[in-house]
Amino acid sequence: MIKILLFAQLQEEIGQKHIEIEVKEITVQQLKEMLKVKFKFANLDNVMVAINEEYAMDQDVIQSGDTVAFIPPVSGG
Amino acid sequence: MKLFEIVDTPIQVDQVIKKVESRKAGAITTFIGVVREWTKGKRTLYLEYDAYIPMAEKMLAKIGDEIQTKWPNTIVAISHRVGRLDISDIAVVIAVSSPHRKAAYEANEYAIERIKQMVPIWKKEHWENGEAWIGDQLEKVPYPDGKPNIEVGDMK
Repeated sequence: MIKILLFAQLQEEIGQKHIEIEVKEITVQQLKEMLKVKFKFANLDNVMVAINEEYAMDQDVIQSGDTVAFIPPVSGG
Repeated sequence: MKLFEIVDTPIQVDQVIKKVESRKAGAITTFIGVVREWTKGKRTLYLEYDAYIPMAEKMLAKIGDEIQTKWPNTIVAISHRVGRLDISDIAVVIAVSSPHRKAAYEANEYAIERIKQMVPIWKKEHWENGEAWIGDQLEKVPYPDGKPNIEVGDMK
């Protein structure tokens, strides 16, 4: 199982702070595509992904038990 | 004492400064980011900040590490507030101390630029006629290269 944390507009878009999916292993790119279809996110192109609180690249592999965060463009400061 | 923190209560500037005091320091610079009322002709009523707190604190600490490498002998402390903020409220305070002033100025500016690039904090603007999560401070395309700049030492 992979836990995915959502923030800002992504959280509002589907009305959930996190979602869980049952997979053993998946790349960042594959996960984005899967969620785009499943939850009908308008746009995930500018969204960065963090695995266990570290930024990840599209080809990086997520394992069951990891916490993933979808990070839309940041605007702190 | 936490040098890098996300808080949901008003930030006390003098307490952030206290964290970087040192007998070796000859200068302390402080940056205070506050909520602006007017942005490009639009009037903001208030802001709402959200953060992925554990990762945001980790990224702030990473900025601290980068600064240590680039400007040795500095001490950095950063506090960023989340939740609802009204006009003129303090959103972020960055304090840097160093033996000489130049490094304190430069490192402080570096810190705020890096925060805007890679720390998972989001701002929602509330206007009289609507609201929106802002991609960046300038309402531009946030990652012109498609990715945030997350490499160490790439800001010249």
